[in-house]
Amino acid sequence: MPKLPIGLWVEQIVAWAQVNLEGLFDFITLIIEVLVTRIETVFLTVHPLIILALVFILLWSLANPKVAIGTAIGLYLIYNMELWEASIQTLALVLAATALALLLGVPLGILTARSNLAHKLIMPLLDFMQTMPAFVYLIPAVLFFGLGQVPGLFATVVFAMPPTIRLTGLGIRQVPAQLVEASDAFGSTEWQKLTKVQIPLALPTIMAGINQCIMLSLSMVVIAAMIGAGGLGDEVLAGISRLDIAKGFEGGLAIVIMAIILDRVTQSFGERHR
Amino acid sequence: MSKIIIKDLVKIFGDHPEKAQEMLKEGYDKDDILEKTRQTVGIFDINFSVNEGEVFVLMGLSGSGKSTLLRCVNRLIEPTSGTITIDGEDITLAEPDVIRDIRRNKVSMVFQRFALFPHRTVLDNVAYGLEIQGVPTAQRREKAAQVIETVGLKGWEYSLPDQLSGGMQQRVGLARALANNPDILLMDEAFSALDPLIRKSMQDELLSLQNTLNKTIIFVTHDLDEALKIGDRIALMNNGTIVQIGTAEDILTNPANDYVERFVEDVDKTKVLTAEGVMKAPDPVVFLKDGPHVALRRMKEHGISSIFVVTRERRLAGIVLAEDALQAVKEHREEFRNIIIEDVPKVSIATPVIDVIPVLAETKFPVAVTNDDDKLVGILVKGSVLAGMARKGDNIA
Ligand SMILES: Nc1ncnc2c1ncn2[C@@H]1O[C@H](COP(=O)(O)OP(=O)(O)OP(=O)(O)O)[C@@H](O)[C@H]1O
Ligand SMILES: [Mg+2]
Repeated sequence: MPKLPIGLWVEQIVAWAQVNLEGLFDFITLIIEVLVTRIETVFLTVHPLIILALVFILLWSLANPKVAIGTAIGLYLIYNMELWEASIQTLALVLAATALALLLGVPLGILTARSNLAHKLIMPLLDFMQTMPAFVYLIPAVLFFGLGQVPGLFATVVFAMPPTIRLTGLGIRQVPAQLVEASDAFGSTEWQKLTKVQIPLALPTIMAGINQCIMLSLSMVVIAAMIGAGGLGDEVLAGISRLDIAKGFEGGLAIVIMAIILDRVTQSFGERHR
Repeated sequence: MSKIIIKDLVKIFGDHPEKAQEMLKEGYDKDDILEKTRQTVGIFDINFSVNEGEVFVLMGLSGSGKSTLLRCVNRLIEPTSGTITIDGEDITLAEPDVIRDIRRNKVSMVFQRFALFPHRTVLDNVAYGLEIQGVPTAQRREKAAQVIETVGLKGWEYSLPDQLSGGMQQRVGLARALANNPDILLMDEAFSALDPLIRKSMQDELLSLQNTLNKTIIFVTHDLDEALKIGDRIALMNNGTIVQIGTAEDILTNPANDYVERFVEDVDKTKVLTAEGVMKAPDPVVFLKDGPHVALRRMKEHGISSIFVVTRERRLAGIVLAEDALQAVKEHREEFRNIIIEDVPKVSIATPVIDVIPVLAETKFPVAVTNDDDKLVGILVKGSVLAGMARKGDNIA
């Protein structure tokens, strides 16, 4: 049996998209660049220690003291290692990726909960997205968006979005049938049922999805740096290429610190809704 | 006037009801149809109407189709064929926005497991129906607070449902249903999840609420005791259809078939019970010498509308109605003459209960129970006799 040209087909599809959807990709690039730079400038124009203090106060009042203290120590460590700027770049990428993943993922998740057909179509696609090695996404990302933050973000969103869709869908399906029935029995519209009953009750599960999404985005930081996304990933890559243990370890540690901070913060918000 | 009219209603669960429909017409039963067509017959051949202000009970064993039938009334379940008419309007095929309107303004529901929204306070649970109608916050909260007071939960407005006991949660469920001010209440085993004492007091409360609210209520239960107590009429369901509709007396005295007979079997055993076994103490009574003033006061004290009059030897002299007593008082008459009704229904203590029921059914007064010396020893009122019978029947069985 001759070899099926599967790879070739995908190549042709990508080439076609590259030519015909160029305008769309440029548009997306523009928007994302603006979004990411905005986040960066907001954080970089203020002195790190002021941000640290503000975050501390915010978390103390909104989350809990433990999270606030831990976060302050972590941020100080990053500042002290002189990785503040790189961390902010990474944070901007992660936040933008998460925002996009939510923007797409939550509605898709709701769709899978409401339509069995959508569920059947989307679930295998998610399995595919999650098991395909993340490096593979770098190729079309570069072809579509060139080098830089935007292709990094594209690959990150593709990789990090599945849990948001899954957990949103799961959360909504898990709302007890009798509550959905009660909401119907009082004459709710579909939208009212969704916003007043289903989403509020699914919120803890949706928050768990957001948390996973952030964690997966962080795990993409080094990979995205390979196509020029910058940030902490660059530090680690530089460490690898120069066999500089100190540099590589510090970059890695900063990523871990950010992961722990973001994890605890989103979790403590999730708990507030329980 | 008929508030709700149901004609030839059928609900078949499954994707291909046509074949099942035909088999129904040919007289096959549920099990055959399930086996041959893989379709479940929920209900079929349902015909009845409910009058305005009536408490209509749907009773039957688990799986007999009570919930399915109830949910057809507000179209939470789409019937396969037949018609549902509410206030003269056929709603069987009404558009979603019409149905939504009916659910918002006309028909409310109370659920077995309460189905309160756990993330909302009691107040916001009760206000839910008004909220989705777009009533402004302050206004809907005020209305909700009123209804919460009516069901006796004042002070709990800002609690969350899971901080409340079962009985209180169902009061919230009831309040939520009443807040929309619907004409019709659908109650699906509303009290079944409550323990017996709470359950009984909720039944009493529903009846007293109903006295002032005068809603049209369809109440689902599998408990005969409950059905007898609160139902003006009872429909007995078996295997997806109604086997008998009637008042409690009809059903107890003339069971339509074996199924009904078996259902009321325990009660039937009370043929051996006598009036003495189910009567209440003759309290209060007035003596002939007392006069209309005293009679009126006693009636007021006890919240009753008629009172038995006895001689000094406690022999039954007759009964006096509140309105007559009031008239006599107004006219400054000191005696019972003219207003006393001597021809009152009475039975002896040895009368079997089964013979008491027709007497009760025919009179609007309580029935007097007298002993061999013709002394008044007890009285019988409808609800208590039937409920008493059901209970004592259990003991005997
Ligand atoms: N969604 C459904 N799909 C398929 N069959 C159903 C569905 N809902 C109910 N049925 C079937 O319809 C029949 C009547 O069920 P229904 O729930 O109305 O009974 P019920 O009298 O309310 O019983 P219970 O006392 O247990 O609540 C049962 O045979 C049940 O299995
Ligand atoms: Mg049921």
